[in-house]
Amino acid sequence: MTLELTSLNRRFSDCAALNDVSLTIAPGEFLALLGPSGSGKTTLLRILAGLDYPESGKVSCNGRDFLAAAPRERKVGLVFQHYALFRHLTVAENVAFGLRVRPRRTRPKRAGIDARVEQLLARVQLDGFGKRYPSQLSGGQRQRVALARALAVEPDLLLLDEPFGALDAQVRVTLRRWLRRLHEELGLTTVFVTHDQEEALELADRIAVMNRGRIEQVGTPREIYQQPATPFVCEFIGKTNRLALQREGGRFVAGGRTFADDPWLGEHAQAIAYVRPEHLTLSTTPLPGAWRARLRHVYLAGAVAHLELEVAALDHALEADIASEDLARMGLHSGDELHVSPGHAVIFSLDRDGGAIAGDRWLWRAGVATTTTRLPARRSEAELGAHRVDGGIQR
Amino acid sequence: MRRRMLPGFNLSLGYSLSYLGLIVLLPLAALTWKASGLGLGGLVELLRVPRTLAALKLSFGGATLAAAINVVAGLLVAWVLVRYRFPGRRLFDAVVDLPFALPTAVAGIALTALYAPNGWIGQWLAAFGVKIAYTPAGVLVAMVFVGFPFVVRTLQPVLETLEHDVEEAAETLGARRWQIFLRVILPMLVPTLLTGFALALARAVGEYGSVIFIAGNIPMKSEIAPLLIVQSLEQFDYAGAAALGVAMLAFSFVLLLLITLLQRWSRRWAENAP
Repeated sequence: MTLELTSLNRRFSDCAALNDVSLTIAPGEFLALLGPSGSGKTTLLRILAGLDYPESGKVSCNGRDFLAAAPRERKVGLVFQHYALFRHLTVAENVAFGLRVRPRRTRPKRAGIDARVEQLLARVQLDGFGKRYPSQLSGGQRQRVALARALAVEPDLLLLDEPFGALDAQVRVTLRRWLRRLHEELGLTTVFVTHDQEEALELADRIAVMNRGRIEQVGTPREIYQQPATPFVCEFIGKTNRLALQREGGRFVAGGRTFADDPWLGEHAQAIAYVRPEHLTLSTTPLPGAWRARLRHVYLAGAVAHLELEVAALDHALEADIASEDLARMGLHSGDELHVSPGHAVIFSLDRDGGAIAGDRWLWRAGVATTTTRLPARRSEAELGAHRVDGGIQR
Repeated sequence: MRRRMLPGFNLSLGYSLSYLGLIVLLPLAALTWKASGLGLGGLVELLRVPRTLAALKLSFGGATLAAAINVVAGLLVAWVLVRYRFPGRRLFDAVVDLPFALPTAVAGIALTALYAPNGWIGQWLAAFGVKIAYTPAGVLVAMVFVGFPFVVRTLQPVLETLEHDVEEAAETLGARRWQIFLRVILPMLVPTLLTGFALALARAVGEYGSVIFIAGNIPMKSEIAPLLIVQSLEQFDYAGAAALGVAMLAFSFVLLLLITLLQRWSRRWAENAP
């Protein structure tokens, strides 16, 4: 089923939970709604489930008006962050609930229900747990029961609201890989809400990044990570270094280092560059156009080492990630002198007030001729002012 | 010696046991001691008197029925108070406690005035040939009145903490409103409803003040057991009064024990959690 969401608006007493949200969800897709708390992602999910309604906008499913249908007519399975199991019912009764409440003519026979429950419990790897009560299960097991319960009604659309939010880190990783496999087996259209970017990047076919009731960018995890469309996406996804750029003549410069020719042909005096820690090249010998830096601290996190670099020319620190092996080979220690230069950057032009112009994005690569991507300007100037980039700008 | 995490176990246990003994068990022991003057034969003899039997039947039968009515009405009132927001809700909420606060005799007289054949409500009922005051129905009315707040007050906190997402889950699974109520909400409330039932029952069994005014106290018909006890006392038949007291105590104990067992069964899902 193709879900078409068109300019949805939902306001709560003082703030907009959804502000003109449009999105298309393809059949069989695994879509993540990713954003900080209060970004409207849960509201969007609840609207799809029929537990909340937008003030304006449309949701259509294969051309049919989805909003006009009652929750029980939508064929939607919903899994909650805190499981929401019926604690007075056994695991098997929980899973059977959706079948037992059906009107007599569509309700399967008792034996049919039992067989289906058995099959679903096997599917979520809980065979033999049918007679237990939810209070006797661990968090991960409870969430699998909740999933089996949602699948029992044979939904066309599976909605997951922070499904791993209440679980500890190890269970979370195991369970999400398992969920991804299950999704591939079932081929069910799945929408899941999360504030955990790692989870979204790892699991989803596509990610919709949300901020303040708007969708900032929709794309594959690779697109979201490598070609962020807005400053918010740059800062929210992964770690990033922020550099303020000044136009000097026909070039953009930061800390005495020339990035490249001005792609905007003198239109903007300032810009902001986002450089990921893994896109900083380190060297112990001088590189052309590199900044001199001092290694302030090494945070060894297993396979990757996080390096804190003090760059005098920028008067603020940069963070660089290198493989622990490379760190050992280079024989780096705190206090060493280094040369550092960026390899990739995402650059946004700034207007006169220091607000980023989201539509004006420049994907910069060292040594490659300047090209800008003019994304369709979706926003008016006034709205752009709302996302100010401040703090990191040097004058 | 085994160490306990929480200090003061000996002191607090000793304190609560002596308190319980002094306030509850000592009077009951004295009662039993007094009744023992009659002997077991005397007790059986007393229970075979038709008038006593009728009074016990009315007391326990009426109290059970009143508690049952209160469970239904109390659930409704608690539901409305917890789930809906409307002007005057706090006032309504405070009114629930009035049967607690009112001297029972005042309540009895007020109820009698209302339900007497010439009273505000009684005159309308009389037109249909229904008599409340001075009949067993009057006893029931008084018992419902005094037991009502117990059910509402035990249910309210539990209703407030019921998680909303469980109802939403049921809704997305296709349940209708009445199915959600019957299959999800009600089963989770059963233990609490039983507590409310037990409290309302105990209160109604022991109720004296409000009942005797409205009951009319016709022997074999609308006479409650506590009244028989008072009558025995007035005739200086202390042993007889005590014996009747012991009989009521035994019945009450058995009833409350049954309710506790039932409650345990209804909460089986909450037990032996990991």
